[in-house]
Amino acid sequence: MSFERIQEKLKILADAAKYDVSCSSSGSKRSNKNKGLGNSKGMGICHTYTEDGRCVSLLKILLTNHCIFDCAYCVTRKSNDIKRAAFKVQEVVELTVNFYRRNYIEGLFLSSGIFKNADYTMERLVAVAKKLRLEENFNGYIHLKSIPGASDELMREAGLYADRLSVNIEIPTVSGLKKLAPDKKHEDFIKPMVKVKNEIIQYKSEIKSIKSTPKYAPAGQSTQMIIGASGENDFQIMQTSNHFYKNFNLKRVYYSGYVPISYDDRLPKIGSEVPMLRENRLYQTDWLMRFYGFHVNEILNPNFQNLDLDIDPKLGWALRNLHEFPIDVNTADKHMLARIPGVGMQSVYKIINARRFRLLNWEHLKKIGISYNRAQYFLTCNSLDFERRDLSAAKIKNLILQQGTSKYSKIFNKQLNLFD
Amino acid sequence: MKSSNLVFDGSFDGFLSAVFMVFELKLTNATIQCQQWNQNGLFSNDERVLTDQTKANRVWKGLQAKLPQNESLKLYYSFLSEKREIYNILLDVIQYTFGSATDTSRNFTHPSILKISQTAKMVGREKHRMEAFVRFKLTKDGIYFANISPDFNVLPLLLKHFRDRYADQKWIIYDISRNYGLFYNLQNVEVVQMQFPDKFNFSASDTDYFDAIEFEFERLWKDYYQSVTIKSRKNNKLHLQHVPKRYWKYLSEKQ
Ligand code: SF4
Repeated sequence: MSFERIQEKLKILADAAKYDVSCSSSGSKRSNKNKGLGNSKGMGICHTYTEDGRCVSLLKILLTNHCIFDCAYCVTRKSNDIKRAAFKVQEVVELTVNFYRRNYIEGLFLSSGIFKNADYTMERLVAVAKKLRLEENFNGYIHLKSIPGASDELMREAGLYADRLSVNIEIPTVSGLKKLAPDKKHEDFIKPMVKVKNEIIQYKSEIKSIKSTPKYAPAGQSTQMIIGASGENDFQIMQTSNHFYKNFNLKRVYYSGYVPISYDDRLPKIGSEVPMLRENRLYQTDWLMRFYGFHVNEILNPNFQNLDLDIDPKLGWALRNLHEFPIDVNTADKHMLARIPGVGMQSVYKIINARRFRLLNWEHLKKIGISYNRAQYFLTCNSLDFERRDLSAAKIKNLILQQGTSKYSKIFNKQLNLFD
Repeated sequence: MKSSNLVFDGSFDGFLSAVFMVFELKLTNATIQCQQWNQNGLFSNDERVLTDQTKANRVWKGLQAKLPQNESLKLYYSFLSEKREIYNILLDVIQYTFGSATDTSRNFTHPSILKISQTAKMVGREKHRMEAFVRFKLTKDGIYFANISPDFNVLPLLLKHFRDRYADQKWIIYDISRNYGLFYNLQNVEVVQMQFPDKFNFSASDTDYFDAIEFEFERLWKDYYQSVTIKSRKNNKLHLQHVPKRYWKYLSEKQ
């Protein structure tokens, strides 16, 4: 292979792919077969981190950044005046294998601009994955982008070789999508997602009776939404997210603070701040839904449509629901322990185990690793000193904010300044 | 009775042999020390422990019978931390374990158990980091070579991961600070010791040793790394939290 040409293409096509934030390589169950190359079991590995602190786990590139569409929020859009390039199928295969052998990556994340039409593009993405699996005996992780509008047959084939498939819906509401991506139809996003979901369900039922059923997208499917490009509030975003988790059995929904890349006046101006803190709060909400047993409506609802930026959503919920507290850590069940601000799931696990041996007091809890600053107002334990004053939510919030040095306070102040 | 200080050779079997001695001789005030830390004091009460595999196995089997699997593994992980004080904490936990009728391994109110749990976690994190940061370079003899110098002695913990992953290529992972390595020869993994030329620069792709295409791939990887950063999201603090400076030496993209 000619390194110089590859180098040039890699620069262009990695640069264009970087706005897709999903980088997970976890959740697959592909083990090394016949002394081949690679495996992708269990936990994903970040092989390095970008200077903006994001995990680099996969070789994330576009097959090409030629595109027939003109989505306003995308650098690859047809009307954007940029250098275009396209990889050959074989080039991507070689690059992936060689990076993998050196332990640079866990696998490949291949996306693409749409050239000619959806199926033509999808076919080529599938060809890369197929070659890697069948010719290179490659068992590393493969994430393919499902091209909106791709046919069911191609989506079926894609899932036979890929670990994960994803369609980015990007814009959380149908009306927003119409405005910013007029060429794209909502149904086109949904179609491949439905196909993949049904194939996964079918696979799961067949594997029970027929052991040799070929794997189908073992790491499931995911999607991404851009935050702050089209004016949606947090309630709308999390409603959509919840809808996708529930109806399409998604493994993950990613939230990506919009990075201004265009002078289009439908969008935030170039130079405006990327809403990173807001993005972080949405992820926290997502976690509360998936791992902490919260229902999305407990955190966001028609009466409470935007997350607090200065405190995390669990603390926010607790302050709105002071009647649920204090919780006695020595007797409360797992579900309630998980709701105490400043107590993470790891601490919950430790508390439940440790309290079988003795009643826990503050010393134990601090050693276990709870955040005393937040937790102290919300729990009682085997110590006589606990919060006896009848503090209002606003007062508690103040006390916590004065004590804590939130790692986001700097960014937060900067964002606040915008409104001065 | 004078308390004794049992000095072992640094191996896990050696340590377990020392533990065996404590139980066998019913020593009440014994301490265990790794020979690396031992300086024979004038009034020392040191006793050398002979490493005895049979005795070591008996202790280990006993622990495995008493503990859930991942708890006994924690003992091994913390042993690999090579921390000076860890051996006595381990002894404390082992005595407590054998002395209790029920499974006490998750009694996090016991200071030594909590300490072991935390140390094992640190070692686990280092293992995970090495799995991530090992960078192979293809040598002229067709072996993928990587050097490491981890904070803790995690090489034994890396074996399975790399053997399962790189089954079709020869590789060596070499711990240059502890001077031993693992070599996978396409059949199995052996422990090896190597001699390197003086002033050998592990971070460079020296064409005397490494295949010429190594330059090219390192360059491609560096370019790739540069391309994926989103400048408007730059966050150095977060970056350093994920990749503390002392790990940069492994990462060609950081050179
Ligand atoms: S179709 Fe995809 S690549 Fe093309 S402009 Fe729209 S978002 Fe960008």
